[in-house]
Amino acid sequence: MQILQLKETVNFMSYRKIALVFSALLMIASIASLATNKLNFGLDFTGGTLIEVGFQEAADLEKLRAVMKTNGFADAKVQFYGSSRDVVIRLGLRDDVKAEMLGNEVLDVLQGATGQTVDMRRIEFVGASVGDELAEQGGLAMLTALICILIYVAFRFEWRFAVGSVVALFHDVLLTLGLFSILQLEFDLTVLAAILAVIGYSLNDTIVVSDRIRENFRKVRNSEAEEIINISLTQTLSRTFITSITTLLVLAALFFQGGELIHGFATALLFGVFVGTYSSIYVASLVALSLGISKEDLIPEVIEKEGADQDAMMP
Amino acid sequence: MLNKYPLWKTLMVAMIVAIGALYATPMLYGESPAVQVSGLRGVEANAATLDSIKAQLEESNLSFASIALENGQVLTRFNNTEDQLKARDVLDDNLGKEFSVALNLTPNTPSWLATIGGKPMKLGLDLSGGVSFLMEVNMKEAINKAKIGMVSDFRGDLRNEKIRYRSVKEANNSVVVVFRKIEDLEAGQSLLKKRYRDLLLSTDDDTLTLTAKMTEQKLKEIREYALQQNITIIRNRVNELGVAEPLVQRQGKKHIVIELPGVQDTAKAKEILNATATIEFRLVYTEGDLSNALNGRIPANSILLKDKDGRPSLLKKRIMLTGDHITDAKSGFDEYSRPQVNISLDSAGGSKMSSGTKSNIGKPMATVFIEYKATDKKDAEGNIIFEKQQEIISVATIQSRLGKTFRITGAGSAAEAHNLALLLRAGALIAPITIVEERTVGPTLGAENVRLGFEAILMGFGLVFIFMMVYYRAFGVVANLALGANLVLIVGVMSMIPGATLTLPGMAGIVLTVGMAVDANVLIFERISEEIREGKTIQQAIHQGYDAAFSTIIDANITTLIAALILFAIGTGPVKGFAVTLSIGIITSMFTSVVGTRAVVNAIWGGKRLEKLPI
Repeated sequence: MQILQLKETVNFMSYRKIALVFSALLMIASIASLATNKLNFGLDFTGGTLIEVGFQEAADLEKLRAVMKTNGFADAKVQFYGSSRDVVIRLGLRDDVKAEMLGNEVLDVLQGATGQTVDMRRIEFVGASVGDELAEQGGLAMLTALICILIYVAFRFEWRFAVGSVVALFHDVLLTLGLFSILQLEFDLTVLAAILAVIGYSLNDTIVVSDRIRENFRKVRNSEAEEIINISLTQTLSRTFITSITTLLVLAALFFQGGELIHGFATALLFGVFVGTYSSIYVASLVALSLGISKEDLIPEVIEKEGADQDAMMP
Repeated sequence: MLNKYPLWKTLMVAMIVAIGALYATPMLYGESPAVQVSGLRGVEANAATLDSIKAQLEESNLSFASIALENGQVLTRFNNTEDQLKARDVLDDNLGKEFSVALNLTPNTPSWLATIGGKPMKLGLDLSGGVSFLMEVNMKEAINKAKIGMVSDFRGDLRNEKIRYRSVKEANNSVVVVFRKIEDLEAGQSLLKKRYRDLLLSTDDDTLTLTAKMTEQKLKEIREYALQQNITIIRNRVNELGVAEPLVQRQGKKHIVIELPGVQDTAKAKEILNATATIEFRLVYTEGDLSNALNGRIPANSILLKDKDGRPSLLKKRIMLTGDHITDAKSGFDEYSRPQVNISLDSAGGSKMSSGTKSNIGKPMATVFIEYKATDKKDAEGNIIFEKQQEIISVATIQSRLGKTFRITGAGSAAEAHNLALLLRAGALIAPITIVEERTVGPTLGAENVRLGFEAILMGFGLVFIFMMVYYRAFGVVANLALGANLVLIVGVMSMIPGATLTLPGMAGIVLTVGMAVDANVLIFERISEEIREGKTIQQAIHQGYDAAFSTIIDANITTLIAALILFAIGTGPVKGFAVTLSIGIITSMFTSVVGTRAVVNAIWGGKRLEKLPI
């Protein structure tokens, strides 16, 4: 069975102007949203207290809010979490010394006010210093990842490809952050993990394409760089789609079956895989092309039989 | 011949998958509820403990599946959690304070599997339920205390050598001594230089000042010591909590992670972690009549305390020295190879000790350990009531006038000396700690997370399975075989690596790996189809397909591995779990989808004349 059996080479690069405008618009929108709306940082980063409780019957949020207010928790944010019986209460940081005791206090208040047995599902308390440190570390981790990858790709391929793939990664990360900013989805540690996984996935795609471009530069004679990129993208297109499909399938399973706790994680990855697939076709190759990749850059000085140096390692 | 694996290669692939499967099997046996009894403060559970536990359980008509003495702990397995909970209460009431009774889930791994190191995957707190704390050591305070110590040490040293000074003060990161005369400055400098090799001394002749700065090395040592000391103390306290398999671990430069699986009463845990312990040295009241005191006639200037075996002693009420003067305590051996504890005091403590022992040589001195333990009672406001517990941890005869450093011998075995040193250090907590992060997961949420995670893995696996079979037919089945082997290997490797924990994001990592692992096979299969279309023979196409795809697969996976490793380095708890499964998954999937599928493909289609390939 074949989903895509392309006889002709698709002229991907002829749409590059449209792709350029499209990407630029999305990136500007993301930056604008990040600058104005910022990210809706979760507890991990902001610090504070979160209490998730389970009720036996559907909870009345208005009543719970009133109860919290009368008990001195005016800043409490009360929301449903996944179902109408699960409620999440968020409290900001306090100056009280006993901040870490807050969770149990709230639990007692709820128990007393509703008369129902309240099931403590989880309590999280994060101090202010931890959140700041984490935000710093998270940003640092993404930068380190990008730099390490840049070095590896530059070492294995060519600096033009390295720049192309890192621009593509930057593009993917920015758009995913933009999505979280525009929709004001909660950005917590698992989402940060998902973004690093997006980096991994998108890179995977980009490398497959770059690898083919390199191969075709060596194999196909008398062709323009643009033509070779088109040929390579066409050849790898069917693989790109199949892998995207299988990954999207498992992510859909996570999204629908994984529960509230990893909803943000699944959302970030689902979106990331979409833009990652797009960026490996357009962004990475386009950047390499614009930087003037040519046959001479990729043909090794000593012509060797392809893969001759790897035979020994072959399975 | 093309596409034939030598037998050893096929066998090797089969072996690796079989080993993975072997270590993955403990998961299938599950776990049973158990009660774990372990000794506190140097006491070890022994055969007698085992017998008394057995007797008590039989007396209460509680049936148990098995009972065994392992590593100084008695582990009793039960058939259901109801019996387990009842047994815990029974044992807790009857065993006494020197034992901690903890609930536990013990794997039912058969003994032959356990002897080769087979054990089920460790579940993270988000799956098992429990509480984790992140505590921060106040390093500023640690450095501050060191500086205060330096100030009083300097004063004492200069006074003893009769060097006159105007003032000794602490400044930021250093201690400044102002002298009256240039000769004093010089004498002071040479004295301090000799005594404190880990300080940087600088002088200013115009203002007659000497500045002593701690070296980077010294600062690092202070921080390291503060962290290690806190970890030791917390370990001790956590053991008293009666939690099976607690984890106390340093994280970074000033944080300590504490994981208490299964603990729901976080209030009690916190109170115990925050509780303070101190040490006091008192003279033994030898003139008092012990038997009278035991009958309730305690002399006015004395108190009656007991040691851990319940032996009473009458001590003077006046405290000779409190534990906050202790700067260090180490266990070691004396010249006759007897265990001893070396104690160092700050200079104020040294002079107190010196004047306190001067006229009491030959008399016994007791070391008292004071701890505030949480009780089950609460006061009117719902705060837990603390009980002050005092216990004599050592009685030793004063051999000579003691000073800044002295030693206690006759504390018993080497282990007991070590324990004493530990307790003495606990009396001198140099840096306070605060809880900066706390996460509690209830048992219902934990169980729900396990269910959701498994369902997501099964569903994702099923979807990819069907897709591959429909799309690639026979080759799809081969890829699915690799996928199954990959899953088994991930579980096997996770069980084998000590410290690898399965968390909810970790399960998400497994799901993601399933989706991405087929990529390698897609690359290979697409390449084979391409080669066939270009007119190569079937065998050449298979060979070329694997060959050409190999370097791409390596490059693509290594870069993902870089991202995963960075995540591992910065992540904590659940997120670290994600990095672990992702990294393991990348490595195992490379093996199964390249080497594994090749072995199957070679065995079925290799080395034959074929017209068509079911791809």
